[in-house]
Amino acid sequence: MRKYLLKRIFYLFLTLFIVATVTFFLMKLMPGTPLQNEAKLTASEKASILAQYGLDKPVWLQYFIYIGGIFKGSLGLSFQFSDQAVSYLIGSRMGPSMQLGGQALLVGVVLGIILGAIGAIRKDTWADRLATILSILGIAVPSFVLAILLQYYLGLKVQLFPVAGWSGFTYTILPTLALAASPLAETARFIRTDMVDVLSSDYIELAKAKGLSKFGIVYHHALRNSLIPMVTLIGPLAAALMTGSMVVENIFSVPGIGEQFVKSILVNDYPTIMGVTIFYSALLCLLLLLTDIVYGIIDPRIRLSGNGD
Amino acid sequence: MADNPNSIEIKPGDFAPLDKQAGPDNEKIAAPSLTFGQDVWRRLKGNKTAFTSFIVLILLFLMAFGGQALYHHDPNAQSPKYANLPPKIPGVNIHGLNGHIKQSGTDVDAYKQAGAKSSVHYILGTDYLGRDLLARIMYGTRVSLEIALIATFIDLTIGVGFGILSGWKGGRVDLFMQRIIEILSSVPSLVVMVLMATAFQKTGMASIIAALALINWTTMARLTRAQTLQLKNQDFILAARTLGESAPKIAWKHLLPNLSSVIIIQTMFTIPNAIFFEAFLSYIGIGISSPQASLGTLISDGQKNFQFLPYQMWYPAIVLIILMLAFNLLGDGMRDAFDPKSKR
Repeated sequence: MRKYLLKRIFYLFLTLFIVATVTFFLMKLMPGTPLQNEAKLTASEKASILAQYGLDKPVWLQYFIYIGGIFKGSLGLSFQFSDQAVSYLIGSRMGPSMQLGGQALLVGVVLGIILGAIGAIRKDTWADRLATILSILGIAVPSFVLAILLQYYLGLKVQLFPVAGWSGFTYTILPTLALAASPLAETARFIRTDMVDVLSSDYIELAKAKGLSKFGIVYHHALRNSLIPMVTLIGPLAAALMTGSMVVENIFSVPGIGEQFVKSILVNDYPTIMGVTIFYSALLCLLLLLTDIVYGIIDPRIRLSGNGD
Repeated sequence: MADNPNSIEIKPGDFAPLDKQAGPDNEKIAAPSLTFGQDVWRRLKGNKTAFTSFIVLILLFLMAFGGQALYHHDPNAQSPKYANLPPKIPGVNIHGLNGHIKQSGTDVDAYKQAGAKSSVHYILGTDYLGRDLLARIMYGTRVSLEIALIATFIDLTIGVGFGILSGWKGGRVDLFMQRIIEILSSVPSLVVMVLMATAFQKTGMASIIAALALINWTTMARLTRAQTLQLKNQDFILAARTLGESAPKIAWKHLLPNLSSVIIIQTMFTIPNAIFFEAFLSYIGIGISSPQASLGTLISDGQKNFQFLPYQMWYPAIVLIILMLAFNLLGDGMRDAFDPKSKR
């Protein structure tokens, strides 16, 4: 176990190192400087601004400074907001993103489990079909379309919830719903397939023979065993939430990381793009590692070994 | 003795030879024998949802690639005079399709307002530059499909090649190749796409295709590798090796046909994924750029006017949703058709 963990952690750092390197050189290939109103600046002003960002040094030195900085928790300075450290920018915007992501995950997974369980229990009935249609729609309707529709119909027309912004719980409801659709769909599909499998196994027959109530069977026996493989969904769900957050935060003007990322892309703020990329990768890597560890603990049949597969 | 009821007298004459042809032939195969492909097709036809999706997809493809032959309108021709006209189909008098629009509570004929002749009509209306929305949707669907199909083809090639090689070689090569996949798949795919799209800067088809192809192949590689590992120890492969067949030929003639169902099913899920990411990238503004159109840019353009002219976003969004639905449902159906044992 310890050997396995060490190995995984090593790969985690290797991955992040590669991501940082590739990102750095990709960004160096692109045009764009931190200079605003470049034409108006004198040569010495330009030089001093470039020096502030460390851009006066040769690229290889910049690279080593950047990589070294990461270990110290520094991700450079933002081009867009002069003098703001990227790590500070990410830190200050992490709260809303995490809250939104957490809420969406909770709503999506809980509703998804219910929907999937209904589908499996009432297999091949209208309830199953309805659950399937809902979960397929969750995959087919892109989060940005759903977000716009929710914002317009529930926010503007019915005025049930605030249209955009971030100042209180009611502001989080619409973006949470928009973001929850994709985890909901994935969870429902996953749980349904898995539970259909579980429900046809022998120990469920035994539980029925013992005279347990239907709810008791589903809750105590079927659902618990279906939930174990759910752990493997954490990674894909987190990735889906990151994707979704970029547009959903933008549409609802949530001051989160996703919104900042899209803004930075549009104004070529490379240090921020790099920083957020590394941050996202680190988050996903950590979650994947956590997934494997948790899976090994709750399902003893899974053997953690260093040999792939 | 003669009274014994149990005694039956059997004489040779009681027996007659049976006609060999007359009896039921146990060896006969009643149903016509089907090839694997025919069998899959038969099961797919039996699945109503999947079959409907299949028909819908064919119609959408016809619309996207052949629509312009029937509907002669330039998707890029601007006529500012007729900007933001709502849909109008001559002879149809349903609100939303008759060229009328609600302006501050009252019903107004937008075409009359724009001073359009009575012969002027746009089936799905026009956008903010007066471009025909139907023509643009057809064009945008084509661009979206082209991007998705080309990207899928590329990542299919890379993925299958990588997977077979990794599974076939085994040992160190496999270990190394698996590490590459592991590293690639622990980076959020969208972030990589965003990076690629920004890095190539020339936003347009090529950069999106490259971005999509570069990241999406890992799942395919993983699946083909797992299958190859199973297949390569089977007797027919051993036989081919014993007979001195070269490795590439074994891969082509023996492995690929056996991998085909896995590949086809995975492809059916890669395509909608690619369509989604293309729309996503175009929507946030780093995909297809303005004069060109894709479903993503159309939705993003339409969103700006959504409050007053909702049709401008609804129609491209509906096409996108139908496209995603059809591919996903067909994919599900294909999976059932290829693997009748699966419980779904």
